[in-house]
Amino acid sequence: MNTNLLFDFTVDKETKTVYVNREFDAALPLVWDAFTKKEILDQWWAPKPWKSKTKIMDFKVGGRRFYAMVSPEGQEHWSIQDFTSISPTTNFKFIDAFADKDEVINTEFPGSEWDLNFIEQADTTTVKIVIKHKSLASLEQIIQMGFEGGFTMTLNELEILLKNLKNKKNEQ
Amino acid sequence: MRRDVFQAIADPTRRAIIALIALQAMTPNALAEHFHTSRQAVSKHIKILTECELVKQEQQGREIYYQLEIKKMKEIDKWLEQFRKIWEKRFNQLDQVLSTMKKQKK
Repeated sequence: MNTNLLFDFTVDKETKTVYVNREFDAALPLVWDAFTKKEILDQWWAPKPWKSKTKIMDFKVGGRRFYAMVSPEGQEHWSIQDFTSISPTTNFKFIDAFADKDEVINTEFPGSEWDLNFIEQADTTTVKIVIKHKSLASLEQIIQMGFEGGFTMTLNELEILLKNLKNKKNEQ
Repeated sequence: MRRDVFQAIADPTRRAIIALIALQAMTPNALAEHFHTSRQAVSKHIKILTECELVKQEQQGREIYYQLEIKKMKEIDKWLEQFRKIWEKRFNQLDQVLSTMKKQKK
């Protein structure tokens, strides 16, 4: 696999905007499908060991994706993406929000606006994602839902702590 | 009410305060001189920053100095790093999916 694929992740804290750019070793139609078809989305959207479960995928302007991130213990965190604009194979936009299992939007955490651009190069496709958050708290919520990312972080910290303790002991 | 560092940096005046005291510890008066708002308004922001543990007070003689808690600021970056990792992992999984799809097409 091509390991020189571009991956940019930047956060503008002042505007609460996240920019994610990633290059994929595949043609544009394939990448577009991976982002817009539920069978494919569910295969990669959730970082393992979490699972993505899309209950509704109505990919059209005014339509919505209603899906859950399922934890290894089976706990479901539901979200809604309401599609606001679709220009096939080059761009789509949606507004996302947290919800409950009955599709009721959680107003406690303001949602965010997503803008996804798909750009075809010679052999690769670059996806540029801009996520505008109304508050950084909603970003925090995403992590607090318990993604493994956060868990790994804790484990790494524990590892460092243990290492430091060990070093201290050796010095004595 | 729960206070967190993100609330602290959400306000432009508070970001300016952070930028100022990042350079050197400052007294409330010295700090207030940099803003057009009232001293009370600046104090209110300082209070929030203190509650978020981004700013700590230090008594030097008769004066109080405000100092930046660098460690806490690093927490923000560490926290954002977690978010970056989620995306990285997600996209590595997509690489696998795309590679399988490509093979199936052939």
